[in-house]
Amino acid sequence: MKRTILLIALLLAVLLPAPLSLTADEAEVRAEAQAEEAESRSEEKKINPKEIIFEHLGDGYGWEVPFNHHVRIPLPVIVRDYQGDWHCFSSSRISHGDSYTVTDSDGVEMTFRLGGHDSKWHNKIVGMRPETVDGQTVMAEYRPLDLSITKNVCAIFIACLLVMWMVLDVAAWYRKKGYTAPRRTTGAIEALIQFIYYGVIKPTLGEKSRKFGPYLLTVFFFILVANLLGLMVIFPGGANITGNIAVTLVLSLITFLIVNIFGTKHYWKEVFWPDVPLWLKFPLPIMPVIELFGVFTKPAALTVRLFANMMGGHIIVIVLTLLIFILGALGAAAAGGTLVVSLIFSVFMLLIDVLVSFIQAYVFTMLSTVFIGLAQEEGHHSKNDAADARPQPAQVAAKADRATR
Amino acid sequence: MELFTPEFGLVFWMFVAFAILFFVLWKWGWPAIMKSIDDRADLIDKGVEYAQSAKEQLDNARQEAAKYIDEARKQQAEILREADRMKTEIIEEARTAASKEAQKVMDAAKVSIEQERKEARQLFRDEVSSFALDIATKVVRGQMADRKAQTKLVDSLLDEMETNN
Repeated sequence: MKRTILLIALLLAVLLPAPLSLTADEAEVRAEAQAEEAESRSEEKKINPKEIIFEHLGDGYGWEVPFNHHVRIPLPVIVRDYQGDWHCFSSSRISHGDSYTVTDSDGVEMTFRLGGHDSKWHNKIVGMRPETVDGQTVMAEYRPLDLSITKNVCAIFIACLLVMWMVLDVAAWYRKKGYTAPRRTTGAIEALIQFIYYGVIKPTLGEKSRKFGPYLLTVFFFILVANLLGLMVIFPGGANITGNIAVTLVLSLITFLIVNIFGTKHYWKEVFWPDVPLWLKFPLPIMPVIELFGVFTKPAALTVRLFANMMGGHIIVIVLTLLIFILGALGAAAAGGTLVVSLIFSVFMLLIDVLVSFIQAYVFTMLSTVFIGLAQEEGHHSKNDAADARPQPAQVAAKADRATR
Repeated sequence: MELFTPEFGLVFWMFVAFAILFFVLWKWGWPAIMKSIDDRADLIDKGVEYAQSAKEQLDNARQEAAKYIDEARKQQAEILREADRMKTEIIEEARTAASKEAQKVMDAAKVSIEQERKEARQLFRDEVSSFALDIATKVVRGQMADRKAQTKLVDSLLDEMETNN
């Protein structure tokens, strides 16, 4: 029942904004739409693949709805102008090249609009402010501090809510039903939790899994859900979250902070005074420099790996789709041919991306676990602990196997 | 390149959203789940161990029972053999006792028969001797009717006594 309500709410969220913005300035939009249609008809001949790719990969104010190029789900824009005042308005006010003007508390008019093709900040919010060039005061574009709830931010919120629901669902099950194994959806989520917890976290971290497990599991589920949402084409999905370097940067930054804040004395000794021949660390600190470099390259690699993998998958699918329109200019036969081939390859790539979504979430979690685990080592005895902990799942499995026999 | 420069707004919101997500799950989600699945794994391990030990105990009990049954059978056979032995012994004993008794009875019978015979013989002898004496008396009376014969007998008896002394 709850699920049905959720679905209906989602549907309404997709469908409602469209009529709303239509009634607002219907005539205007229609006229504009006709004009743009004519424009796009002439544009069909000269498609700009680069722009389309970047538009799909990048962020945006407002969220596209399927089968309509003019209506977007409006999202709040939050900006701080050059005088330090905050402004919040709907993204529908700056769509289609409109500018939004508001009077400041000091009585100064502030204008915001999306940067045009020739702007330094294409498709980003820019404001106008007076600047002195060659002794003359002209209005020039500047980039205000922009904390807008963009498409990606909104998608992040959706992903967070989904993860929250998934995990709290399992937690609620356990709180209510004790040790009974969860069924259906809850069971599937629990299987994933077990896969990560017993497959990755426990064998590496041993008794410290309770301390770092929550972060690692949260990261895994967030990345997985964000990846899969990114593969969906329409509303709750379609945003390229994990293929955005800002998101992966934050995630790996948190891993970096956890690794170095909770790092043991032994870890820091390994960085600054590693177990190598003396001439490698004194008087020229060759190894310490390399180790210190490694401290920063590890999270950097995490950032780029996830970002590049997800972005690559998206680019390939978009390019395959664009191929239909690019080659379509050659004639009907070429369009038909590429349509079939591109479609097959797109579906194939999307299926691979589903796999990659899971693998990248897994890899990010695993590497984070390993980095945290390396920083948790205390001399040599803890290595043995890790080795002891490793065969645990196998033992359990063997025991269970014996029992079933 | 626009793709490689992180947007500040996105970084900010990502951080905020992830921090909230992490806090909520850290507080109400993961500890309960991790505790439950750890405890459940322990429970299952213990259950498996228990089942194994129970199976072992059952096997042991079965062996024990088989052992007891074997022993009981052995004892039964032993008892039967013992009983058999005792039976024969008792029979043997009874037989010997009976034969002894019979012997005794027979001996007693023999003795009494002998006694009887002796008595009978004595009686017979007395009878015979009295008959003989009667006959002899009658004979002697007949023969000793005259005096001459009496004297002759006395003489011979006296002779006899003389020779004996």
